Amino acid sequence: MKKIFAIVLAGIMMLSLAACGGTGSSTPAAASSEPAGASGGTPASSAPAASTLSGKVTTGGSTSVEKVVGAFIEAFMAENSGVDVTYDPTGSGAGITGAAEGTLDIGLSSRALKDDEAAGGLTATTFALDGIAIIVNSENTVEDLTLEQIKGLATGEITNWSEVGGPDMPVVLVGREAGSGTRDGFESIVDVKDACKYDQELTSTGAVIAGVAANPNAFGYASLSAVDDTVKAVTVEGVAASEATVQDGTYKIQRPFVFVTKDGAELSEAAQAFIEFATSDAASELIVNAGAVPVAK
Amino acid sequence: MKETTLDNSIESKRRRRRALKKTIEKIMNAVFFVCGAAAIAAVALITVYMVVSGLPAIREIGLLDFLFGTEWKSTAAEPKFGILPFILTSIWGTLGAIVIGVPVGLLTAVFLSKVASRRVASVVRPAVELLAGIPSVVYGLIGMMVLVPAVMELFHLKNGTCLFAAILVLAIMILPSIISVSETALNAVPPEYEEASLALGATKIETIFKVSIPAAKSGIVAGIVLGIGRAIGEAMAVMMVAGNVANMPGLFKSVTFLTTAVAKEMSYASGLQKQALFSIALVLFCFIMLINSLLNFFLKKGEKP
Repeated sequence: MKKIFAIVLAGIMMLSLAACGGTGSSTPAAASSEPAGASGGTPASSAPAASTLSGKVTTGGSTSVEKVVGAFIEAFMAENSGVDVTYDPTGSGAGITGAAEGTLDIGLSSRALKDDEAAGGLTATTFALDGIAIIVNSENTVEDLTLEQIKGLATGEITNWSEVGGPDMPVVLVGREAGSGTRDGFESIVDVKDACKYDQELTSTGAVIAGVAANPNAFGYASLSAVDDTVKAVTVEGVAASEATVQDGTYKIQRPFVFVTKDGAELSEAAQAFIEFATSDAASELIVNAGAVPVAK
Repeated sequence: MKETTLDNSIESKRRRRRALKKTIEKIMNAVFFVCGAAAIAAVALITVYMVVSGLPAIREIGLLDFLFGTEWKSTAAEPKFGILPFILTSIWGTLGAIVIGVPVGLLTAVFLSKVASRRVASVVRPAVELLAGIPSVVYGLIGMMVLVPAVMELFHLKNGTCLFAAILVLAIMILPSIISVSETALNAVPPEYEEASLALGATKIETIFKVSIPAAKSGIVAGIVLGIGRAIGEAMAVMMVAGNVANMPGLFKSVTFLTTAVAKEMSYASGLQKQALFSIALVLFCFIMLINSLLNFFLKKGEKP
């Protein structure tokens, strides 16, 4: 009897917990009240007129842009409390389709539009660049690699550093876990998608750098902004990875982060303001903090 | 007249006090009950949540393909969700930790319980307890900075992060549970058994191995099962030394455990990939349930020899 009672009681408690969870998701109804000035603490530099905006902006697409767009959304919504910007990480393809079909106000893509996509009446606005550095252990004497060599090293076709002009040491690839934006970026630019022979899959850029620093055989990839002097960034086809070479396009391992919008479709005032905010000079700092490279002005 | 009223007032005071005591008793009873129920509710809630969120992906992938698929490519163009490499890695890793950890742990327990002088034991015992209190991330950090390079050097590997390094870390992590439970069991062996053995002419070592350890058997097994539970559920330390590539297990290969498979991909996962991670957690949960019921079995067996 007692046992049954305890089980029933546990069941009741669970139900009540579940019920509580349901009511907790009410949205803050601050939208209509009190504009300007009162949005305390934030460095609101924009004109007070901007904060009279209201409405909803739906964005979605590439998972790689999450950090940058997340920073945009946070800063934009702090200045414009009436606007609700959403971000749905579904992948670049879904972001472009969403923009084309009108289910998204702004599609997010971490690659340039293909010719047929652009011909279908879509506009791409690049808001940031993503540079990925190829790093090796500082004991490694390799200074320069071509894209072709990087591809061979990553897929396991090249198994010794001597094949690319380095010391007689085996090759160890240290990378990121499946789903990571940096991994997706590296694999799609070098064209080794799902073909990499990893020796380590680590869960942060910092861990990859530490992993490469700890193993003389290792090479890996990391966001340009995160690379420090514990490892050596090699030049790719003669070009050193830096903010300047990413901006002028000479550094090969890079990709654009773009907003995709439909030609002719009327953007809402809020969506327009969001794009303007993201491409303004003020957004550069957010982009750098999120580990990407601002577009050259 | 006066005396009776006095008696009455004293009587009523007593009665009131008794009533108050009774209500306090009742209230405290209720408090204890609610606390107990909260623990049960937490377990029940987690169980229901794991099953509800773990089943959809298994249904979509297919139970056999999920459990016995040998390839895990969660973000590929044609994703593959086979977790056999993770299951086997968890089993081999735990077994390896047991093979190394049990002899060391058991002999330490014998040393503490039967051999060591009181002064020596009073130094070793707190050290073992301290081992239990070290956070797993510290084990992982030391493993990453010291053990992995050492393994790489010693075995001439191109890459030191491997199953073997994880086994070494796990073996040390399970020592405290094996030692403390086994020591308690060895201490509980009735001294008459050992005295009888010694009186029959057996040496001290013979007595320990032929009398004390067999008599404490079920307690020692309980300690080992507890260690298995710790080893199979460990994520942080293992993630830092195992390399985390979804290979089929090999002693010097980079591998992923059930725990690290969930932990490493969770932050960026979406859709079926995320659901599949919940399913891995469900499988892990089943393993832990199995181990816990084994533990209960051995503990009960120990109570009535």
